[in-house]
Amino acid sequence: MTSPETPYRELILKGIPASPGIAIGGAYLFTKEIPRAEERSLRPDEISVEIARLTKAMEKSTRELNKILTFAQQKVGDAKAKIFEAQIMVLEDPILLDAIHKRIGKEQKNAEFIVSDEIGKYAHIMMAAHSEYMHERAHDMEDLRNRIIRNLQEEKLISRLEGTVIVVAHSLTPADTMILSRNQILGYATDLGGITSHAALFSRSLKIPAVVGLGDVSRAAETGDQMIIDGYSGTIILHPTAEHIREYEEKREHLLEFEAQLAHLKDLPATTPDGHSIELSANIELAEGLDYVVVQGSQGVGLFRTESLLIDYDDFPTEEQQYVEYKKIADRIYPNRVIMRSFDIGGDKIAPSMAEEENPFLGWRGVRVCLDRPDIFMNQLRAILRASSRKNLALMFPMITTLDEVRRAKEYVLKAKGELSARHQRFDDNLPIGVMIEVPAAALSAEQIAGEVNFLSIGSNDLTQYILAVDRGNNLVSPLYHEFEPSVLSTIKHIIDAGHKRNIWVGICGEMAGNPLATPILVGMGMDELSVIPSILPEIKKIIRSLTYAQMQEIARTVLVYTSRREVDAYLSEVFKREFPDIPVEGF
Amino acid sequence: MNRYGLHTRPASLLVKIASRYKSDFFIYKDGLEINGKSIIGVMTLAAEQGSRLMLKFNGPDETEACAAVVDLINRGFDE
Repeated sequence: MTSPETPYRELILKGIPASPGIAIGGAYLFTKEIPRAEERSLRPDEISVEIARLTKAMEKSTRELNKILTFAQQKVGDAKAKIFEAQIMVLEDPILLDAIHKRIGKEQKNAEFIVSDEIGKYAHIMMAAHSEYMHERAHDMEDLRNRIIRNLQEEKLISRLEGTVIVVAHSLTPADTMILSRNQILGYATDLGGITSHAALFSRSLKIPAVVGLGDVSRAAETGDQMIIDGYSGTIILHPTAEHIREYEEKREHLLEFEAQLAHLKDLPATTPDGHSIELSANIELAEGLDYVVVQGSQGVGLFRTESLLIDYDDFPTEEQQYVEYKKIADRIYPNRVIMRSFDIGGDKIAPSMAEEENPFLGWRGVRVCLDRPDIFMNQLRAILRASSRKNLALMFPMITTLDEVRRAKEYVLKAKGELSARHQRFDDNLPIGVMIEVPAAALSAEQIAGEVNFLSIGSNDLTQYILAVDRGNNLVSPLYHEFEPSVLSTIKHIIDAGHKRNIWVGICGEMAGNPLATPILVGMGMDELSVIPSILPEIKKIIRSLTYAQMQEIARTVLVYTSRREVDAYLSEVFKREFPDIPVEGF
Repeated sequence: MNRYGLHTRPASLLVKIASRYKSDFFIYKDGLEINGKSIIGVMTLAAEQGSRLMLKFNGPDETEACAAVVDLINRGFDE
């Protein structure tokens, strides 16, 4: 129902959830018109004035960027703020400056045109490289160019906003996100951007809901438009109906209440009413997530994605740099355990300009990269071992396919231990070693693999997509992807049983572990550990503490008999409606 | 060349060292000529592993400049 005074029709847009949270408020259209650098000829007597104008604009740009750098260092930490240093360094590049000055004099053209052409040349070369890293740098250079031109034209970028708003933009540079966050921002909605982009990373650090990749939200919205942003599901509602506003206000209230309600679970164990305990731990990416993990009442970290370090460093970090990061995490979580996963690069994950592949999901990724690049692998193994001296770390390898790979990876661990002993450095000689089971071949040989390691951890996302031969990112087939397919469920059961036969524990760290609907099935099948995203942890704990182990075993037995995922879905939603009317379970 | 390409930190190190010498220093890659004393130029070189670069030094202290740059590369940019 549209209220009579708004002639607008409600518009719902779906994008990529980049930072969780719900906000309702007025839109602010952040249009940063790319400043036009029109070509203009100068008279010889105008040249010196032009150079002076350029010098002033360059100085102003340096001041602005230094301010942003300082602000970013305070808000998101030195490592992430580094990207602004590169821009400042370029502003002070004497060769670049000299080339611009000379061209203005020789070609007798205006500064805007020459600056744009000269920096554009380099951005163009960076854009042509086959690497995400270089593309980000190219965007940095374009951003820098626009800043200089804006200052040449003495246009002020409005970054002080009135009131609290949801910022809508075509795209946001890291600098934009930083500078805008000095205002009361309720959320960010952009046309472009993936979840790994720096702007998204910043909004998560700043705890501001964000949805990116919305296509054309910046054309649809105008400043002052009422809108809703749902950073959980990646939804934007423009000109929401009164009904939708009420629904989202309720959802927001409900989530807040639910969070408060769950807060008291924080210090309680994840134990069923009939005394069956589950190890409930958290998945984290960057060390910054640690405080949140502790607050959410986690029993440790079940998956630390070490490749997240590659976002902060330009390159593979050195052994020493890695050691410092790993040690920080190990100490923060102590006495609880942190499972460090060796670099999982390739596939859809960041691969620093190493390879271009036709079919990356069946390609050079995970442990395959590490085994082919002992230099990278050994650095990491030594760093993890050194950080393990308080005996609260475990190590696991991603994308294991064969038993032979497990043995080879373990040999490298032995070698790394030998090197550390020779250097008289301390480490945990009994560091538990496990593998991710995410390739069907490894699932089939799970029992043999279990004989070689201390634990198995199921990577349900990849396992599901490899079993079903479905690329989740491909819209033509993505509806076929579902964790509740009977083939997936029975494979998971097979892996758990295989581990238990060899007397080792089995965990799961994929998205399925954080799907409340899956909790009774996984626990009922005998899963020993669930590692989930921290925000969902209290909810999963509530489920574990509400149903008895016997009930969950019954649920698991029931779903394993079903022959289609529809039956599984229908059965589970009925169970949940009955047992947990409170839990905000998303539709299927 | 550094195994994973020339990223910001090694790029700035290279520029800093090259700038200590009077000689001109140019880097050639895939038909591009980059001034080795320019940070924005060297940043574009963040090259894939195994890229071939040609370095050219020209000036009064070209031998010393060349030795210093080659030494930096051989040290793996002090990584």
